[in-house]
Amino acid sequence: MKGNEALAEAAIRCGCKCFFGYPITPQTELSAYMAKRMEKAGGVFLQAESEVAAINMVLGAASTGVRAMTSSSSPGVSLKAEGISYMAGSDLPAVIINVQRGGPGLGSIQPAQSDYFQATKAVGHGDFHVMVYAPCSVQEMVDAVTLAFDKADEYRVPVMILADGLLGQMMEPVTFPEPKTELPDKSSWAACGHKNERPHNIVNSLFLDAPLLEAKVKERFERYKLIEENETDAELYMCDDAELVVTAYGAAARVAKSAVTKARAEGIKVGLFRPKTLWPFPVKELNEAAKNAKKILDVEMSMGQMIYDVKLAVECRIPVEFFGRTGGVIPTPAEVYDEIKKLTGGAQ
Amino acid sequence: MEKMQVRFERCKGCGLCVSACPKKLVVIQKEKRNEKGYFTAVCSDQDACISCMMCAMMCPDCAIKIEK
Amino acid sequence: MAVVFDRPQSLVDVPTHFCPGCGHGIVHRLVCEVLDEMNLTGDAIGVAPVGCSVMSYNYFGCDMIQAPHGRAPAVATGAKRVNPDKIVFTYQGDGDLAAIGTAETVHVGTRGENIVIIFINNTTYGMTGGQMAPTTLPGQITQTTPFGRNTETAGHPIRICEMMATLSGVALAQRVAIDSVPHIRETKKAIRKAFENQVAKRGLSIVEVLSTCPTNWGLSPDKAMNFVREQMIPYYPLGVYKDKAAEEEAAK
Repeated sequence: MKGNEALAEAAIRCGCKCFFGYPITPQTELSAYMAKRMEKAGGVFLQAESEVAAINMVLGAASTGVRAMTSSSSPGVSLKAEGISYMAGSDLPAVIINVQRGGPGLGSIQPAQSDYFQATKAVGHGDFHVMVYAPCSVQEMVDAVTLAFDKADEYRVPVMILADGLLGQMMEPVTFPEPKTELPDKSSWAACGHKNERPHNIVNSLFLDAPLLEAKVKERFERYKLIEENETDAELYMCDDAELVVTAYGAAARVAKSAVTKARAEGIKVGLFRPKTLWPFPVKELNEAAKNAKKILDVEMSMGQMIYDVKLAVECRIPVEFFGRTGGVIPTPAEVYDEIKKLTGGAQ
Repeated sequence: MEKMQVRFERCKGCGLCVSACPKKLVVIQKEKRNEKGYFTAVCSDQDACISCMMCAMMCPDCAIKIEK
Repeated sequence: MAVVFDRPQSLVDVPTHFCPGCGHGIVHRLVCEVLDEMNLTGDAIGVAPVGCSVMSYNYFGCDMIQAPHGRAPAVATGAKRVNPDKIVFTYQGDGDLAAIGTAETVHVGTRGENIVIIFINNTTYGMTGGQMAPTTLPGQITQTTPFGRNTETAGHPIRICEMMATLSGVALAQRVAIDSVPHIRETKKAIRKAFENQVAKRGLSIVEVLSTCPTNWGLSPDKAMNFVREQMIPYYPLGVYKDKAAEEEAAK
């Protein structure tokens, strides 16, 4: 199944009741699939007049306690920044998919990873985080959507799936989880009509009383601490005795894995660390992977953004080199292989 | 037996009821300020009041209750 | 002696933050009177975007959602689409609906979204201290048109009801005012019609209410009402610009 469509099908099976989209390459097939499938599955599909309207429709639906989703690509996600900040500030669960493309500006339509900062550091204004999953296969995209909806409800945070045009457009076999029927009851906080049986609920992010806003933010950061302690995930590939660890996520990790496998075959002690969660960043796992490493090579489809988190995670104890292609150019395994060779002086 | 009752703490002394009253009975009393510091509206002649509710309908703060 | 006029049930019994004589308080009461009379409060979901009336989430006794500036119609669309049996309404100011939120306003109209929009037109951005709004009258002095709105440079005020009436999905587009008791009665009737349209699923109902902003107009509440009467109504004629229900009635 095609990545974009697998994302949509997975959402429907997770009990996502509404999808609000807007056309943008390279994720438009997701909306088209939703247009075909959602209503038949008893849900709502609506193409909004803009990404700004789309994210606010998600905000409206999520406020009433329903599982909601939207998807877009880089420029569209920038338009959704304010809405996502409001949702974080109103403790609203939702799933937001970013099928990244080359940037900045209109950029290009080929895959890229230059929205890492946006996703993990500053989706929008204010002190808040969204959880960020970085799948690197169609199956992982399905798994990520399933996890995203559950974690969004569990922690009452928006969750972003950071994919890219390559993952969105490629086809791979995939198996889906059983459709989810019972969904969490959110009537304690949701604005869904109180039927004169409870005080009215207010879904809101405005707190003009500064100490109250601070208390709200601090409470949220308690939840973020829980997320950081319990929700990190990464794949460690051949890292046990690795003297060089390559760090990469998503599509770039697929490329890096081929290069690492080839170098290993020639006796070079190299491994791959692939974070599956970008926020919370898997610090423990990276330190585990790099316990024998003398060097780290960070490979990204950007000018280097995750590299900061890599350096922070190892507290600059280990030198971190960088190799990246950007603008929608996809690095080749050969290029990464050459970098590995350069850094390890070939096989000892 | 007050036909026009003003909630002293809710009135903001805006005077809309004064001009709305067809009998010109409503005035802003200047003796006492409420907690917020406003002089409040009062009906100067409860007997003359015809309970027409016009003052209450003009009031932005639901501070006026009418009985008939 | 029986009580003949009192606070509507669905209007939360708390003091409001509105300035003395501000029209918002009147319209809040009218909306709540209609919610009470139609017994909708238990099923109602209100959307309060940014503006003086954002605090309405503390005053309307139904469930409320606070929306980003200009996006209430989209938030309401999301809430309504997944809860078609609920009654969803937005309560918006002119800056919110006719400036930043124009696209959202037009598109709930084109989609015939089954919601109610209460649109307060007081020709200014009240919350932020009286800046020019899309509805500020030609020559009107505001914080950002200190020499009076010059239509050459700052454009002409927008007439929302006339615009919305051209959209096929709109069931009701009516302009009313709260400058006098008869007009207040008319406003309540319009609000009632709007909610009846939603119950009957006729599409979008928008009620534009000409209202006052004494503080930022620099007028007493009374003189502000005169401003509505003498300045605003001539530019924004009151009346029904579209009424599907009436058209259906007439066609019978």
